[in-house]
Amino acid sequence: MKYVSEYRNEKSVHQMAAAIESRITRPWKLMEVCGGQTHAIVRFGIDQILPKDLTLVHGPGCPICVTPTAWIDKAIEVASLSQVTFCSFGDMLRVPGTREDLFSAKARGGDVRVVYSPLDALKLAEKLPEREVVFFAVGFETTAPATALAVHQAKLKGIRNFSLLIAHVLVPPAMEAILSSPRNQVQGFLAAGHVCTVMGFHEYDPIALKYRVPIVVTGFEPLDILEGVYLAVSQLEEGRFEVENQYRRAVERSGNLAAQNLIQTVFKVVTRPWRGLGEIPGSGLGMNDAYREFDAESRFGTVSKEVKESTFCISGEILQGLKKPNECPAFASRCTPDHPLGATMVSMEGACAAYYRYRHHKEASEISQVAGEP
Amino acid sequence: MKEDFMLSCPLPKSDAERVQLAHGGGGRLMQNLIESVFVRQFENPHLIQRHDSAVFEAPPGRLALTTDSYVVKPLFFPGGDIGSLAVNGTINDLAMAGARPLHLSAAFILEEGFLLSDLHQVVESMHRAAQAARVTIVTGDTKVVDKGKGDGLFINTTGVGVLEHGLTIAPSSVQVGDAILVSGDLGRHGIAVMAAREGLDFETTIQSDCAPLAEPISALLNAGIEIHCLRDLTRGGLASALNEIASASLAKIYVEECQIPVEEEVQAACEILGFDPLYVANEGRFVAFVPERLKEKTLSLLREFPICRNASSIGYVADLKGSVVLLKNRIGTERIMDMLSGEQLPRIC
Repeated sequence: MKYVSEYRNEKSVHQMAAAIESRITRPWKLMEVCGGQTHAIVRFGIDQILPKDLTLVHGPGCPICVTPTAWIDKAIEVASLSQVTFCSFGDMLRVPGTREDLFSAKARGGDVRVVYSPLDALKLAEKLPEREVVFFAVGFETTAPATALAVHQAKLKGIRNFSLLIAHVLVPPAMEAILSSPRNQVQGFLAAGHVCTVMGFHEYDPIALKYRVPIVVTGFEPLDILEGVYLAVSQLEEGRFEVENQYRRAVERSGNLAAQNLIQTVFKVVTRPWRGLGEIPGSGLGMNDAYREFDAESRFGTVSKEVKESTFCISGEILQGLKKPNECPAFASRCTPDHPLGATMVSMEGACAAYYRYRHHKEASEISQVAGEP
Repeated sequence: MKEDFMLSCPLPKSDAERVQLAHGGGGRLMQNLIESVFVRQFENPHLIQRHDSAVFEAPPGRLALTTDSYVVKPLFFPGGDIGSLAVNGTINDLAMAGARPLHLSAAFILEEGFLLSDLHQVVESMHRAAQAARVTIVTGDTKVVDKGKGDGLFINTTGVGVLEHGLTIAPSSVQVGDAILVSGDLGRHGIAVMAAREGLDFETTIQSDCAPLAEPISALLNAGIEIHCLRDLTRGGLASALNEIASASLAKIYVEECQIPVEEEVQAACEILGFDPLYVANEGRFVAFVPERLKEKTLSLLREFPICRNASSIGYVADLKGSVVLLKNRIGTERIMDMLSGEQLPRIC
């Protein structure tokens, strides 16, 4: 299949791995920002064919993983109201809140529906004028344009029974938060290709300059990721700290201006807490005043600012690249996809879920030993 | 497709267009429904007797019995409907035990308000599927639940079949070195149903693979293939079936991703949705564990059947000390192919 098979070609993949091997002279630690990239790395065993000196750590780019428990609790509270039809992307339904998840709210009689697009939720609001339709707006700059469009259309059409519970977050502030931490170990980034299709990559220039790290906009197929690693390693070896674009077939420097305009029209930048990372200034999106009536928090009360994260779960350290999932004492014992302690075990794009799914068995420890992992 | 459907006999005259509670009440309306819909379509000597039980002679051999309930949404989808699914699904469960399907029962739970024309269409489809697989629907039941208490139509079918060979076709018969064959390309049914349910428009309409599998299995048995284990790849797809077998037989199973047939249209839909086709449901596909020496013969026998023309050898049993499925992926590395925790959910971005 075009745009897939050529990027999963065994020969090309191994040639690129050999090229990285020939470039690298000392240990480097790179972070892939996006959960989709983490998933691909573990699924395809890309880390198994990388040189021992190169370590990939897994970043915070999983929307499910970084949504704080307080938002999940609020979602469950709103979804349990008799007048509400609560719409969400499927993955969010399994994420545990303080006491239960959205699936449990659904089982108790809450009208919770899985949708594929916020525009489907808007259609539902038109179809069910007597219901309050609430869409759980999670995700990064990739999903924000579609939720912005839904709200924009709701306003144009005068659909008043539609609102958003907003948990949108922004990638560059999180990268800065990781780099500015005194515990930071990350020496370069593979930036999230899909985010850059929307936002472009000019935002990364000041970060690369300030923190002296290479940032390579990278795609999601095995060959994309390896080429991203090659470009980042080449920069590190040559002492360069630039923003480069590996994902040229999808990303332009300026990004998608129409989508950016829509985000700016509907949303404003706010300070937002991230699960595991804490509060990051300017890292979230909130509703602009002109659209405030479509903000679920103004209809159903604000989200609690209390932090209620699991004490067992080390997802914060995982999301900052300080630890890997199999270094957690609860991994695959107390914490499994059937009984997740933290969101990184729930989402398909969560690092813990990816490790569990593809390498939790004892055979897997043999695989990771071959790959030189801890 | 629903709109292409032509009834083979005219719609019986009835005052009601929709199912009413009285259709399950035991009175005249129920009798009319049974006569005009079920007996009319499924007509056979057993049903005509209108007895509480079907009574029949069992042919020589061990008997196999299986039951399954069908709750698919939407009821009609490209390549099938709940009726063909309810017949083929149960026939396939019998076939996976190496049994020749003989008879089915069919129980219907109808929701008040369900369109009788839709019921006719489903029953007609069951009739066609049963005829194609040479099984008879010999007994049945109908209940009607209040509006809002069902999802249109639920069907349960139970099947009985006969084993006309001495093999034990089960995970316990899996042996080291067995070749693992898959009967066709994967993922059609799950994607077809999901696309129909969610209104996802792909460039081409993906058809469900819903089909009876008894004939190809019977051909293998008649040719003397020593089948060790069979499993149809329904919910959870290939990955779940192989994990179930690995777990029950303690087998360490190796499969190669590049040998597993997946059509480009299904692969493309999975890429868009963030699904892995190895976990997507099928309704006309199975895996067979056979001795390595019989691999080629089995494949060529299977490929004689149109529904098995893409049959492929995908892996082997490495030992019986593992209970694990390992996948060599396209770039030459290995990973676990685990069972999913729940159902696959589309990715967010």
